[in-house]
Amino acid sequence: MTAMTLDATGRLLAGPAGNGSSSDLATHLATHGPLTLPGRDHGQWRMGMLRAVTDSGLLGRGGGGFPSGAKWDAVQRTSRRPILVVNAMEGEPASAKDRVLLAYAPHLVLDGAEVAATVVGAREIAICVADHNDATAFSIEAAIAERGHLGGSRFTTTVHRPPDRYVSGEESALVSWLNDRLALPVLRVDKSVPLQVGRRPAMVHNAETLAQVALIARHGPAWFRRQGTQEAPGSTLVTVTGAVRYPGVLEVELGTPVIDILDRAGADAALSGVLVGGYGGSWLGPSHVATPFAPAALAAVGSTHGVGILIALPAGSCGIAETARIVRYMAGQSAGQCGPCVFGLPAIAEDLEQLWSGRADSSVIDRIRSRSDAVDGRGACRHPDGVVRLVRSALSVFGDDARAHAEGHPCTGHGAPTVLTLPSGPPAVRGGTATKAQRRAS
Amino acid sequence: MSTRTGGTPPGATRQRVALRLRVDPVACDAYGFCAELLPERITLDEWGYPIVDGTPVDPSLLALATRAAAECPRRAILLEQVRTAG
Repeated sequence: MTAMTLDATGRLLAGPAGNGSSSDLATHLATHGPLTLPGRDHGQWRMGMLRAVTDSGLLGRGGGGFPSGAKWDAVQRTSRRPILVVNAMEGEPASAKDRVLLAYAPHLVLDGAEVAATVVGAREIAICVADHNDATAFSIEAAIAERGHLGGSRFTTTVHRPPDRYVSGEESALVSWLNDRLALPVLRVDKSVPLQVGRRPAMVHNAETLAQVALIARHGPAWFRRQGTQEAPGSTLVTVTGAVRYPGVLEVELGTPVIDILDRAGADAALSGVLVGGYGGSWLGPSHVATPFAPAALAAVGSTHGVGILIALPAGSCGIAETARIVRYMAGQSAGQCGPCVFGLPAIAEDLEQLWSGRADSSVIDRIRSRSDAVDGRGACRHPDGVVRLVRSALSVFGDDARAHAEGHPCTGHGAPTVLTLPSGPPAVRGGTATKAQRRAS
Repeated sequence: MSTRTGGTPPGATRQRVALRLRVDPVACDAYGFCAELLPERITLDEWGYPIVDGTPVDPSLLALATRAAAECPRRAILLEQVRTAG
């Protein structure tokens, strides 16, 4: 991603005018004010903070949108001392929000992590940053060291570097990495049984979620709810790219119309569609760009909120061709553990490639639909589900294009530069894919 | 298919433990034995991997479901309890 710009207003990204960074502790405290944590077993404070976060209605910002208060409540009921895992993997190639947040306001994330750890009784905080992302790791390590010099911390905070793959940031894969150095998703037979690092229940939170916690701890739930909607309160970070003049990370109120967010980033007036939620997200058609950026409103028009990403697809480009490229990339990002994902995603990618290039037979659209149905929900993690969601939305939003391609008309945008950026070079595929394919062949 | 005789009389309420089938997709290697043993509940996709019906297994099929789980070379078929009131 080139020339990321930063919108230095708002809550998480508040900072001194003209400077644009709250990365050092003194500026952080001047910007946000002090935050005092209680002694180790201050039950009243813990219950009060649990109630504040529950009342704030904060939803996780990592894509799942789970209520943070409910997560804390479940973890603090477990008998063993939990560990807090901070997910700063940002496996979505189109997302830059967490690295911007951690470059700009690492102390806000650390404050939130310490609040969350205190409420659930955790003493260890494990922060996970993708192994290629040294800048983010340095920023966090510098912030941890800075806090250590100023009187120390009663938390053991460590930075971990799982491999940079799409599925590494899935929470069971993170926990698997912390346990066994294998960043592979794990089948959870019973979701009510918490993930464990060693014998400790693991509470996994996205970095932005914890930064929001740091603000709720300072200003309270009523302040938090002054922005956003009833069901999705507060502000959120959105990475806006594609056909925009100022690609970058914006902080917006949840519920802001998608078109207004795009306008702030200087989007083209005419678009063929908007990809919402990243490469495991879904397409939004041009007629729906006024939809509020909030989970329920997006779901009502067949889209998804996912992680905060908007990618503007310029007029004249082919949504089917772009989708084919993403699906091919996502097929390569499979952990290679589950048959329907290992075999299904490449098959769907091939179907889409034949479709946009006008080489497909007339039954290709039905075949894509039935293969999508066959893959949906059949992996240990949600990776195939996200791909299928994207594919189905493409067939819906770009339905006319898809039908024209299926009738033998190749894409008019054929040969035009493709819009969506994908990480260059194939990822180093873990043993999984080869093993599964080899076992099949033998 | 005959229904089970005896047991709880109709209308009586007690907690009942039903069983349902599930695949561990990480363990599964598409041997396909499960679908041969229990085609009523398990079909194979075009790549040979099982698609299971996850609703509670009818008592008349329990013996076959247990066999399907036991005879999977990868131990990938799970029979798990579902608690239902009834």
